[in-house]
Amino acid sequence: MVWLELLSDYTFQNVVIGASLLGLISGPLGCFAVLRRQSLLGDAISHAALPGICLSFIITGSRDIGGIIIGSLITGSAAALIMLMLTRLSRLKTDAALGACLSIFFAVGIVLLTYIQSTNNASQGGLEAFLFGQAAATLRSDLWVMGSITLVTLLLLAVFWKQAKLVTFDAEYARTLGMPITVIEASLTAMVALAVVVGLQMVGVILMAAMIVAPAAAARQWSRHLGGMLTIAAGVGIVSGVSGATISTLSRGLATGPLIVLTATAIVLISLALAPGRGLLWGVIKHYRQKSALQKQQLLYALYKHSADPSCAPSTLGSRRMLNKLKQQGYLTRSPRGATPSDGGWGLTAQGQAEARRVIAAFEELAS
Amino acid sequence: MMAELLTTTALPIMLVGAMVGIASSAVGTFLVLRGNSMLSDAISHSIVFGIVIVWLLTKQQSGPVQLIGAALTGLLTVLLTEALASTKRVKQDTAIGLVFPALFSIGVLLLNIYANDVHIDTHTVLLGEIGFVWLDTLDIFGLPIPQALVSMSVMTVLNYAFIGLFYKELKLATFDPALAKTFGFMPSILFYVLLMLTSSTAVAAFDAVGAVLFIAFAIVPASAAYLLTDRLWMMFIIGALISIASSISGYYLAVYLNVSIGGMMAVMTGVFLMLAFLAGPRYGVITQLVKRQRARQAPVEPPPSV
Repeated sequence: MVWLELLSDYTFQNVVIGASLLGLISGPLGCFAVLRRQSLLGDAISHAALPGICLSFIITGSRDIGGIIIGSLITGSAAALIMLMLTRLSRLKTDAALGACLSIFFAVGIVLLTYIQSTNNASQGGLEAFLFGQAAATLRSDLWVMGSITLVTLLLLAVFWKQAKLVTFDAEYARTLGMPITVIEASLTAMVALAVVVGLQMVGVILMAAMIVAPAAAARQWSRHLGGMLTIAAGVGIVSGVSGATISTLSRGLATGPLIVLTATAIVLISLALAPGRGLLWGVIKHYRQKSALQKQQLLYALYKHSADPSCAPSTLGSRRMLNKLKQQGYLTRSPRGATPSDGGWGLTAQGQAEARRVIAAFEELAS
Repeated sequence: MMAELLTTTALPIMLVGAMVGIASSAVGTFLVLRGNSMLSDAISHSIVFGIVIVWLLTKQQSGPVQLIGAALTGLLTVLLTEALASTKRVKQDTAIGLVFPALFSIGVLLLNIYANDVHIDTHTVLLGEIGFVWLDTLDIFGLPIPQALVSMSVMTVLNYAFIGLFYKELKLATFDPALAKTFGFMPSILFYVLLMLTSSTAVAAFDAVGAVLFIAFAIVPASAAYLLTDRLWMMFIIGALISIASSISGYYLAVYLNVSIGGMMAVMTGVFLMLAFLAGPRYGVITQLVKRQRARQAPVEPPPSV
């Protein structure tokens, strides 16, 4: 019943659609940013959106979403450009240029924000919501704008798919083919700015960085192909957006942005642990399998070749668990005490001897 | 006369601003030189998490416990980042971008939950209240010294004491980590201490300028100094001078325009960075252009006649 009520709730519908749109755009574009080692550029661009939001408010005098989008696009791209200029024309490295642009643009934003507050404009309320996002304040008309931006961006990406892919993975080769690399790189960066703009209302300028990075990082674990990675990233983005928004609505009073970000982070952790092939858990399991296989081979080898040698007694070579396991598999028998005093009663069965011969043959083949 | 100056609001604010800049740019210099500037971004965001946790445990909003808590949070951020990167599944920058938003989010949510009891709200977290530092004072030698000024001075002394004690080691670890390691200087431990100092400085600066503007004070004066000199010790002096100049000019501009003082100080550090970038005596863009132009117009020496 609660769910039915929730689903028909106007605000909740808006929030869920908005969060899905955000996931849909930030996931795929984040993939390019992460693969091009520009994960933190999204952070800088989103912080730099703040002065744009304030400027558009000063000029238009309202919280019109169109103006806010144009404003934040302009300042976001300006920050990215200045960052590039600082790294190209001076000896500052990327990290310092990023940090400087991020903090200075944000500072300009703060100054403008306090300027707006000091002019005491009545409709200025809620500008600060862009710091952390205010998902509940999303209007249907905002959703249309966010939806069109997402659609246009994804279409652009589809049209320039080949170029974007080549520039991402082998920029030098793309250059020799005569592709306008700078233009493509700049447009990929501008598209990140577009994704940031869509996310402003939902998660705010500060946490937008995570929405660029997290879905892409999670998707990278599940897929080795760019297309698959983009699709999965979009999925992760949508899932974390919707579940974050839902938790926030149900819990009343918990901010939406942080919840979306934490959901995305949780998905990243799960992916890191469980993704087939790359998952850390599989690595650990594989390691133990190999270790136990090696121990088994060692034991059989020692029992077969050096059964008389007391230093190779099974009880010193393998753990009791290992010995019992081999007994269960039918390789070992435990004869009554005293067959040979050194082996503690453990001996090879016929099957065990055959297996030991196989191990030795394989070992000798490897050695030769 | 001294007491009179300190009771007016302008001087304490400017002093705190300058101190924030001097303390932060000291550690920031090494971050810029090592190419780890974005760690200051990560640390300044994730200390929000540390501040809330320490507050929940001890009910103390500032003071030594908070500074130690911050140092540990900074360390936690860096260790988590390195742990993620060492799985080889994500790159270093992606790891940074994953860790600090998560910690920051937890901090903000905890603030949400305990909003009624805690005096720090998300607004202060981001912006700080440098305009009100003179409200909270300690009496030292009969003079009302702002609390923020005391904690920033302590951090300045701590930072420079560490840098002074390990100057040679830090220098080598920054410019030639491999050689430093061979000499047994343990560059990674030095670096961890540096990052712990960075986060303590961030917390001390927190009340005054907030989380994001701290990045400006840590990175921007140091970057500007890097464009102006080739000597490490000169970088500290230039960084400190830029901090002082930004603090004074930022204060008066902010009062004139009636805007955020901390924000304006940070903007001024950016103005100085731009000046250094354009007109620096050796590496400035305009300087380079002029030099090239002169070289082109210089009369070509006629070959010596026989």
